[in-house]
Amino acid sequence: MTNIIESKLKTDEMVLNMGPQHPSTHGVLRVELKLDGEKIVKADSHLGYLHRCFEKHCEAMTYPQIIPYVDRMDYLAAMSNELGYVLAVEKLLKIEIPERVEYIRVIMAEFQRIASHLVALGTFGLDTGAFTPFLYTFRDREKILTLFELTCGARLLYNYIWVGGVSHDLHPDFIRLAKEFIEYFRPKVVELNELLTYNKIFIERTANIGVLPPELAINYGVSGPSLRGSGVKWDIRREDPYSIYDMFEFDIPVGEGLAGTTGDCWDRYYVRILEMEQSLRILEQALDQIPEGDVSAAVPKRVKPIDGISYARVENPKGELGYFIISKGGLQPFRVKVRPPSFVNLSVFSEIAKGHMVADVVAILGSLDIVLGEIDR
Amino acid sequence: MKTFEELFEILKNKFNEEEDISTHKEGNEDVILIAAPKINLVATFLKNEPELNFDSLILLTGVDDENGEKTTNEDGSFDLSGGTLSVYYHLESTSLKHKLILKTSVPRENPVCPSVALVWRGSDWHEREAYDLIGIIFDGHPNLSRILMPYDWEFGHPLRKDYKNPEFYNGMKVPY
Amino acid sequence: MGVLDKEFLQENFVVSNLDAVLKWARVASVWQTTFGLACCAIEMMATSASHYDFDRFGLIPRPSPRQSDLLIISGTVTLKMASRIKRIYEQMPDPKYVISMGSCSNCGGPYWEHGYHVLKGVDRVIPVDVYVPGCPPRPEALLEGLLKLKEKIANESLIKSA
Repeated sequence: MTNIIESKLKTDEMVLNMGPQHPSTHGVLRVELKLDGEKIVKADSHLGYLHRCFEKHCEAMTYPQIIPYVDRMDYLAAMSNELGYVLAVEKLLKIEIPERVEYIRVIMAEFQRIASHLVALGTFGLDTGAFTPFLYTFRDREKILTLFELTCGARLLYNYIWVGGVSHDLHPDFIRLAKEFIEYFRPKVVELNELLTYNKIFIERTANIGVLPPELAINYGVSGPSLRGSGVKWDIRREDPYSIYDMFEFDIPVGEGLAGTTGDCWDRYYVRILEMEQSLRILEQALDQIPEGDVSAAVPKRVKPIDGISYARVENPKGELGYFIISKGGLQPFRVKVRPPSFVNLSVFSEIAKGHMVADVVAILGSLDIVLGEIDR
Repeated sequence: MKTFEELFEILKNKFNEEEDISTHKEGNEDVILIAAPKINLVATFLKNEPELNFDSLILLTGVDDENGEKTTNEDGSFDLSGGTLSVYYHLESTSLKHKLILKTSVPRENPVCPSVALVWRGSDWHEREAYDLIGIIFDGHPNLSRILMPYDWEFGHPLRKDYKNPEFYNGMKVPY
Repeated sequence: MGVLDKEFLQENFVVSNLDAVLKWARVASVWQTTFGLACCAIEMMATSASHYDFDRFGLIPRPSPRQSDLLIISGTVTLKMASRIKRIYEQMPDPKYVISMGSCSNCGGPYWEHGYHVLKGVDRVIPVDVYVPGCPPRPEALLEGLLKLKEKIANESLIKSA
């Protein structure tokens, strides 16, 4: 009987357009889906709706002037972006950084990691149909932003980490408030686990969905929590330590397939939860050990590096963020190229979305945690 | 883990023509220069040779070298002719933990470079971007089209040093 | 509850003119299209989340432009995006309002000079009611912009021809 129906009904593939205005594409991404019924046959991403010409601006600006533009790439993790950029410039300049500055940078980068992960987890919940966790994560993120505001006056885009130092020292109350936050935040991770992580509906939506095998991930260059979710222990903070990360103790959580298969959406989500706890560990050590000292001793008046190239990379909340700078000895760089983690992570999307249902697209996109400002630059 | 000298030695023994492969120091970094037609062979070798095992392409960068002949126009803008466009490849082995930078140059008038998209699939979008912004044509790429700029953009490749912005695009004024 | 259950124990009625009732309803429920563009979208999200709470001003996010009154342009508008923004705007039913949030959508912001792919001001494609300056504007600034928009709505009349 079914055979007769199948032979008579002629079905066509359907093209479904998602975005650029869609609540779950995390910005202005456009995905073109080819569907066989509800099943995805092909998923093409179309980028560039937020292409703000970052690399052209770099060629027209001096080195310190670029820092505000760097902020505006991954706007959820501006501090980490600044850190990556100034490391690349400092590598060209070969200057010695005061120890207090290194500590401040690590503290800021780790706070930023928690803040960025909170947005990622909250909006992931939103995508899969849970509205409440979003409000909870934004409540906690707001507290981190208050700390940043205390430090440099800005909530989102800071222009705080400068070449050779930071713009100014920490507020006298900062250490105390930061420690209070850590004490406040520890139980909140447990709360988030109860709200979302072990929620039956959430697990149904994310476990065994969008499985990313480790070999494919490495071949595509995927990095960060998306790679670690597939069970690969790869973290730039450990593999290629920058700043003073080799002085701290922390673990690198990897996906173990607790809810389904290793490398599924739930694993990528859970790695972020575990990473927040590790960030708290680093923060505690850094806040205890931070030395007194000058924070702007090494800030050069005119940044004029030698002829040459330099590539510096940091572990951004989204993955490996790299800056490749070509200098021809002038006040402006000759060419700056960014290795945006989201750009690379998104390129694997069409590969892992194949064969899933339409509703799984938002789960996969949410678990990759993309930021369009960085993808399109 | 292998040092840069060891890596260069292995490559030189494999591809023994002198003019095709050489080293070069740019600032603090060592770079291996490779003739453009050989890049695909070298890439396949680097990835598949067990003692090298470069399984990950970190970054692919297209650069306009601005070394051609400059002719200045009346309004201060300039045109370039001759010279080269370059491509940098940052490679890494996640298992053996060594890194390498390759560089290749193609002439500006005929910027064709073999694609490595089938070796490292992550280079697919990087190559599309280099094509879009610099205008390097990657031979053998499965889908070489614009990626960041609109598909109907017909005013050239914006990251070329002699790029001139149009006055209007689709009825919208572009300059401030 | 306060005034309402003390004063209106029986089935009462209130006399008012139609214009005032319409204004009261329109000012108190401005529905916004869920549409984020760039960095400012994060501040817009923060404004609608727990700490600043957009909802208390009657602002409810709607995923479809066909069901909303307000479009907040929160971020840089590029040439590729401009035609889509125009299309979203045209899908909204009248009366409709636009808040341009942040320097980028006001005038191009930091990308005004070298931004070969940035539209220098969203008002080159759609009309704007309120401009909110800042890069990005703080949530308080966006709330201020919203209150300004409410003033504007309160001064309009759907019945009387101007």
